[in-house]
Amino acid sequence: MAWVLNPDRPIYLQLVEHIRLQIVSGHYPPGSRLPSVRDLAGEAAVNPNTMQKALGELERLELLYTQRTSGRYITEDVQRIAQVKQDLAYQQIHDFFVQMERLGYGKDDCFRLMEAVIEGGKQ
Amino acid sequence: MSMLLQCSGLSKRFGSKEALSGINFSVESGRIVGLLGPNGSGKTTLIKLISGLLVPTTGSILVDGHAPGMDTKKIVSYLPERTYLNDWMRARDIIGFFQDFYADFDAAKARDMLARLQIDPADRLKSMSKGTKEKVQLILVMSRNARLYLLDEPIGGVDPAARDYILNTIITNYSPDASVILSTHLIADVEKVLDDIVFLSNGQVAMTAAVDDIRENQGKSVDALFREVFQC
Repeated sequence: MAWVLNPDRPIYLQLVEHIRLQIVSGHYPPGSRLPSVRDLAGEAAVNPNTMQKALGELERLELLYTQRTSGRYITEDVQRIAQVKQDLAYQQIHDFFVQMERLGYGKDDCFRLMEAVIEGGKQ
Repeated sequence: MSMLLQCSGLSKRFGSKEALSGINFSVESGRIVGLLGPNGSGKTTLIKLISGLLVPTTGSILVDGHAPGMDTKKIVSYLPERTYLNDWMRARDIIGFFQDFYADFDAAKARDMLARLQIDPADRLKSMSKGTKEKVQLILVMSRNARLYLLDEPIGGVDPAARDYILNTIITNYSPDASVILSTHLIADVEKVLDDIVFLSNGQVAMTAAVDDIRENQGKSVDALFREVFQC
């Protein structure tokens, strides 16, 4: 997955989001070793200090941990990963309802439309 | 973290023209700093003062605790806006030249970078395009293991692919002991790699900030902020 960064928003937040997605989607499996800060910064074409800050934030979120001598690893706590994944899913659904409300659709309308789309997709 | 560069009350006058006045700023080690400002705002003058090519009219500069001079030239790697190399020289000769000059020069790294950019070490500077010459100069400067890199418009004359390569070189060369100061107009290209910015305007520091703070507090890119601050 390419690193698409928007210069209008803090870069470190976007790095957190990008790596978090790679963890919950299994691109980085639980317990696996994360590339070095320098390599990740080079890959994303960002400042190493910014990458360092993003990884610190992911540690605070308990998605990464540091092994003092050998680098950073993805957490082995699969429940924590599942929880973050679910939080992201809720956020997506919440955003969806907000968008639909702007179009003037209530929640019931949304369900009807979703059913219609799913049935439509089957045909 | 230690202060690598400290400028206090710095002014530079050329005859009756005041190029810089009352400049105060400092750079810690391990930072990548963008020196940004419109044409004629004093970016090159400031870089020349730090490198020791110009002497300040008033004020002081300390690079790792020393005034610019022999001690600082050993740890400062400077990329001037214009080439000073003899154009009859071949790329490999210039590498030898730099090796003689600077104890911290890594010739193997320079040859490796030439190969990566597909520049023939046997070519003479004279036969190279403007952009290729700039690449050679940047390779020489970045192949030193210096503490402070002063890059005056490092990406102005090269194509976008080479720009990416140069920025990548700056990132992968990163060390917590060293800092990079680069001046440029091409803010959109460099802002992802910067820690901090210094905006210069009419010879004065108009603003210093951490780039992610600008995005967080103002909700806009450094490029957008620059266009707003310096609107013509």
